[in-house]
Amino acid sequence: MNVSNYIKLEFPSKSVNEGYARSAVAAFAAQLDPTMEELGDIRTAVSEAVTNAIVHAYPDSIGTIWLKARILEGRVLEITIRDKGQGIPDIKQAMQPLYTTGGEERSGMGFTIMESFTDKLRVRSAPGKGTTVTMARRIRVRNAGR
Amino acid sequence: MNIASAYENGKLTLYLQGELDHHSARTAMRAIEQELEQSLARECVLDMSGLSFMDSSGIALILKAHKLTAAQGGKVWIEHPSRQALRVMETSGIERIVPIAQETGKE
Ligand SMILES: Nc1ncnc2c1ncn2[C@@H]1O[C@H](COP(=O)(O)OP(=O)(O)O)[C@@H](O)[C@H]1O
Ligand SMILES: [Mg+2]
Repeated sequence: MNVSNYIKLEFPSKSVNEGYARSAVAAFAAQLDPTMEELGDIRTAVSEAVTNAIVHAYPDSIGTIWLKARILEGRVLEITIRDKGQGIPDIKQAMQPLYTTGGEERSGMGFTIMESFTDKLRVRSAPGKGTTVTMARRIRVRNAGR
Repeated sequence: MNIASAYENGKLTLYLQGELDHHSARTAMRAIEQELEQSLARECVLDMSGLSFMDSSGIALILKAHKLTAAQGGKVWIEHPSRQALRVMETSGIERIVPIAQETGKE
């Protein structure tokens, strides 16, 4: 697999970092010249995955979140968000629309949004060990128009 | 995230400004609760023209605002969402519960 560029970030699971994480990935993605809509989708998907690590992986403590973004062949932006938190016992159930263990403050739509805003979503998790969410989105070539 | 409000003839308009995510949702919810309680509004508009970002935390907030207003015998709707916010709302199917006003007039 040909990786043309990448970034790696590590930050504590503080909610103030949600905005930083999505902006960092959006700034990195800018070199692919995405449309406003593509950029909006990327920011939203990153926000969902990072929020999950903050809210669900480390519910009563501050843990570490690792974020990696890379540009693969064919203008594919791949984003990986990893935590060493409590993990997901039943991934299939967790990914159902409206399913949440977070009560009234959550909507249960995070995975549904990640899935529809990217081309590929993969979730790997082990209870007590942590969760890795990998998303890929191809950025289309725009007609230069000049 | 910041919320400004206006009240007129039983209609409360809440102008959501900035980025609505999990980090800002709790403060935003408290502000909305207070406004609704004080005004006892029958109609509540969430004006999103100043909202530069929203994720699924915003969906939970809209549903809560809907519940609170319904408990006062009123209704909530959304006005002027950005394309990004609209995509999040469409994906979550929230328009079936809280209507999104169609833009009128020209660009
Ligand atoms: N990183 C994670 N660590 C542990 N549990 C998670 C993680 N991400 C998601 N989950 C679980 O999956 C559920 C569904 O997630 P999501 O679709 O984003 O909805 P929400 O965040 O609104 O609950 C969560 O309520 C939680 O139980
Ligand atoms: Mg979530």
